[in-house]
Amino acid sequence: MEIAISHLLIVMAVMAVATFITRSLPFIVFHKQSEHPLLDYLGKYLPPVLMVLLLVYSFKNEAFISLAFVPELIGLLVTLILHLIWRQPLISIVTGTGVYMVLVQTAILA
Amino acid sequence: MLLATAFRTTIPVMLGYVPLGIAFGVLFSELGFHWLYAGLMGVIVFAGTAQFLAVGLLANQAGLVEVFAATLLLNIRHIFYGLSLLNRFPKSGWRRWYMIFGLTDETYSLLTSCSAPIGHDPVQFKFLITLFNQISWVLGCTLGGWLGSQINYSTAGIEFVLPALFLVLVIEQYRQLPNPGLFVGALVLGLGTLLLLSRDQMLLISCSLAVALLLMARGGQAWKSP
Repeated sequence: MEIAISHLLIVMAVMAVATFITRSLPFIVFHKQSEHPLLDYLGKYLPPVLMVLLLVYSFKNEAFISLAFVPELIGLLVTLILHLIWRQPLISIVTGTGVYMVLVQTAILA
Repeated sequence: MLLATAFRTTIPVMLGYVPLGIAFGVLFSELGFHWLYAGLMGVIVFAGTAQFLAVGLLANQAGLVEVFAATLLLNIRHIFYGLSLLNRFPKSGWRRWYMIFGLTDETYSLLTSCSAPIGHDPVQFKFLITLFNQISWVLGCTLGGWLGSQINYSTAGIEFVLPALFLVLVIEQYRQLPNPGLFVGALVLGLGTLLLLSRDQMLLISCSLAVALLLMARGGQAWKSP
């Protein structure tokens, strides 16, 4: 994987700006604690929806209904089960990714 | 004294941040950069999930607009953190801006659950907590980057860190709001947008639709202030 350092630095900067926007927006826009019901409502329901959309988005270049998607399904299943048991994000993510990498690299299912 | 109390307060977060930072650094090192860049990212971005996202996006050669949009969406929950801290942060000064910059999930949870020892400056206490948290994080990232650079293995499939991360976040969201209809609806919306409308603009389209649908579900009452 060859990525230019300049590209990495720009990506970092873009990410830093986007993150700072989400952290600073309420402090810039609101001056006292906001109790607007619409914000409460979106604050409650929007984040879960966005997480599901991001999950789907991470497979945007995959063919869902094909055998090629089996390693992804297994990786997801491993991540899901580990997370339901231990609730340690680190263990779930690293193991799930590791299992997927083994499946893809050894082409066991191909 | 204040320094020691603040440090003690951040120890639980440190125990989480150092291993998580190491995991990030190891993954990041697979992209082929010098390990110091893993630490640099901890310094200038300081967002755990967003940095994992960065590894996946860089591995997928995502464009800058995509990087910007995905980071915004991933971190949008921070907007709601800030809303609940408006009255607890200093009104001005450079420490205010550093504390806003460093408002991670874990910093937020410490700031909302701990207070300065009696007789000490609460602003300085909050500032030190944020600072110690970031130091732990940067240490973890740098250490992981270095460790990763010492071992050599094939990186094919590393991009799976992205769906794995999002799946974990979905599960965590579900624990807070066990509403199956909401999650199934979001899944249908995401897959529908991807398969029927657009693969490339999936994120933008489905998010706009999600906000529109949520507002419609809420009806006209949402627009009125109490």
